[in-house]
Amino acid sequence: MSTSVTERPAPPPLPRRPGRPGRPGSRTTRGREGLWGWLFVSPMVLGLGLFMALPILMAAWVSLLNWDGQSNPFTPDADFVGLQNYQSLLAEDGLARSLLATSLRNNLYYVLLTVPLQTGLALTLAIIVNQRMLRGRSMLRTTFYFPSVTSSIAVCTVFLFLFQGSGAVNQLLSWVGVKGPNWFQDSRGVLWVLLDALGIVDGKPGGVLAEHTMMGLPFSEWLAGPSVAMCTLIVLAVWTTSGTFMLIFLAALQDIPRELEEAAALDGAGRRHILRHVLLPALRPVMFLVTTLGLIGTWQVFDQVYVLGQGEPANTTLTPAFLSYSYGFDNAEFGQGAAISFILLGIVLLMTGVQRWFLRERGARNPLAKLRKGARGAQD
Amino acid sequence: MFRRSTVAVTACAVLVTTATACSSGFDKSKNGPEQDSAKKQSLRVLIATSGDAETKAVKKATAAWEKKSGHKVTVQLAKDMDQQLAQAFAGNRPPDAFYVNSDQFANYAKGGSLYAYGDKVPDADDFAPQLRKAFTYKGKLVCLPKDSSTLGLAVDTDKWKKAGLTEKDYPTTWEELEKTADKLTSGKTTGLVTTNEYQRLGAFMKQSGGWITDRNETKMTADSKENAEGLGFAKKMLKSGSMKFAKQVDTGWAGEALGKGKAAMIIEGNWLQGAMKLDFPDVDYKIVPLPAGPAGKGTLAFSNCWGVAKESTHQKAAVDLVRHLTSAKEQLASSDAVGVMPSRESVMDDFAKEHPESKAWVEGNEYAQGPVTVPGFTKVLDQFNADLQGLSTGDPAKILSTLQRNGEQAIKKGN
Repeated sequence: MSTSVTERPAPPPLPRRPGRPGRPGSRTTRGREGLWGWLFVSPMVLGLGLFMALPILMAAWVSLLNWDGQSNPFTPDADFVGLQNYQSLLAEDGLARSLLATSLRNNLYYVLLTVPLQTGLALTLAIIVNQRMLRGRSMLRTTFYFPSVTSSIAVCTVFLFLFQGSGAVNQLLSWVGVKGPNWFQDSRGVLWVLLDALGIVDGKPGGVLAEHTMMGLPFSEWLAGPSVAMCTLIVLAVWTTSGTFMLIFLAALQDIPRELEEAAALDGAGRRHILRHVLLPALRPVMFLVTTLGLIGTWQVFDQVYVLGQGEPANTTLTPAFLSYSYGFDNAEFGQGAAISFILLGIVLLMTGVQRWFLRERGARNPLAKLRKGARGAQD
Repeated sequence: MFRRSTVAVTACAVLVTTATACSSGFDKSKNGPEQDSAKKQSLRVLIATSGDAETKAVKKATAAWEKKSGHKVTVQLAKDMDQQLAQAFAGNRPPDAFYVNSDQFANYAKGGSLYAYGDKVPDADDFAPQLRKAFTYKGKLVCLPKDSSTLGLAVDTDKWKKAGLTEKDYPTTWEELEKTADKLTSGKTTGLVTTNEYQRLGAFMKQSGGWITDRNETKMTADSKENAEGLGFAKKMLKSGSMKFAKQVDTGWAGEALGKGKAAMIIEGNWLQGAMKLDFPDVDYKIVPLPAGPAGKGTLAFSNCWGVAKESTHQKAAVDLVRHLTSAKEQLASSDAVGVMPSRESVMDDFAKEHPESKAWVEGNEYAQGPVTVPGFTKVLDQFNADLQGLSTGDPAKILSTLQRNGEQAIKKGN
């Protein structure tokens, strides 16, 4: 009884595909099948091609142009500038680079806090509502899921009022003697706020951290953590998305055979052990799904930012997705905007790859797990 | 394998053909589209309205023109003007006439989306010179200013009296402004409230003799001593707590702070009048000129212009419509409804006579600084506004040198 439950049964040996070379006579059948196959998938292929692949290719082309959105980018007259848009975003000292750096900093902290929190909360909620002995289960499930079905714009607007300087949240805090900040106007990074409260730094650290920069942004800004305003956005994101992910976890939990848990209980495993050694390993594929969805969703955050201040206060809620929009529509620099979105795409792909590596199946290939397994086997 | 690649190639070909067909909407002929010369043309007008009053005024004015000219006009209200116009230009189906925000003007003019009709208007010289200058691109007057507004100091008269101040105490210098703001700050009331943007704080820069660019908008002059002095004064007031930004007192803009009694004085323009009438009709206030700084009086002027699309097939009719909308009579009518001032100098006296309460705003025209209209400057000024948010703890000289550097880059790229 250990991680072995997660190991999927070996896939059945593939039947030899008909139509392989060496099996003459079936070629025409196979060809016709292929044709029919293409015919059946053609609506989807056309739809995806026309509305996904093609616009992506067009955007990739636009990201190589100096295009103001007021002419045809697909003629020889288009102002082709090569990789200059990327260069001014990544390599040249200037406003473009420091804006991108600021937005990446903001979004990185947003992702780092939102994804673990929402996954953890969703898992906790799912385990709670998965208990068979729990009363009012369906009511709880509905309640937890409710924030996810509410329009994000409506939720944002409500948050805007809740987190005003004299809003409900600060009123609540004042009952326990805490004077809350003016949430959406506070651009201070939480790390410096905390260190300031502890008396370690005064306001914002100067000196070496403020003088040295990376991508045009001083280290004191990189390290500042999310601003107080960004933290409210994180709370909002966790609150609205955890319901959806709870549902995914719940479905997976209900898929785990009851016998497994019972068998583990019979073997003398406590609840915590069951969770750690039975449920969590069984949930790994779903965990991958949830974190991937969370990662992609959080790197692309746009609507909350658009409603809650468009980058304010002091650019601390600016995200690459919003920056890309603002470059295109407010500054008539669609080429630069498209370049930002491709940088964002690169980041999302990279992050997903990293996370895939972290959550990979650590079966027999992992020597440590093998060792542990061996040790446990000896105990039994 | 052969078959699969054939299918792939065919699919690609189909996609490319469709794409080309779709993109045909982009094609522009060099001299603009062929013009419609019919007797009865149908025009589309897109406006970003400030409220019902303005919508009604525009609809009334276009209806009068419909009757006169025989053409038909559809007025559309924009939810997000910049985005909708950008989409319309990219899709090559722009409305015939539309509001152009001064901070977007240069981007559109540079992109060749605006039909420069200044030379088709014989009495163009009648429009306020600083606004005409703002809407001129490469030496050509591109579009006519719709109206004009300047900044003034709005004072809550009740709070004024309660603090024991009289009409003689209206601040005329920075020192007096500081003193009165201090005196008026108490409890939930802040002496002076404004927004954290250069469109308000820039007035201090102007009053100390500086500005963001030189007169011709070809060189940045942001990191000057004068500008630092102006922002330094604002910083001093912010630090003392007698001045706050509107959002710090939980309001969306300074007018709301005045209406809700959270501010005793605010810096706002003519639009304040219409908004106060609508939202806070019971609050008494008075407009006085902005106090003078070390270099004398200074205020900022604002306007939108009536753009006509280069891609419109009804350019002549659209220009005629704009001339009607900016005629003396229509400007006076719309200023009654909305509160903004006419952009024609010849009717300014009539306006001042009819609206004595707006006297300080009218006076502002004499020394007002028009908006900055340089291509690619939107993000530079956005960044400046973001930096200004931290003015109370920041260093004005550093904020200005960032602006200087960013602006220089944009000017280099724009020309």
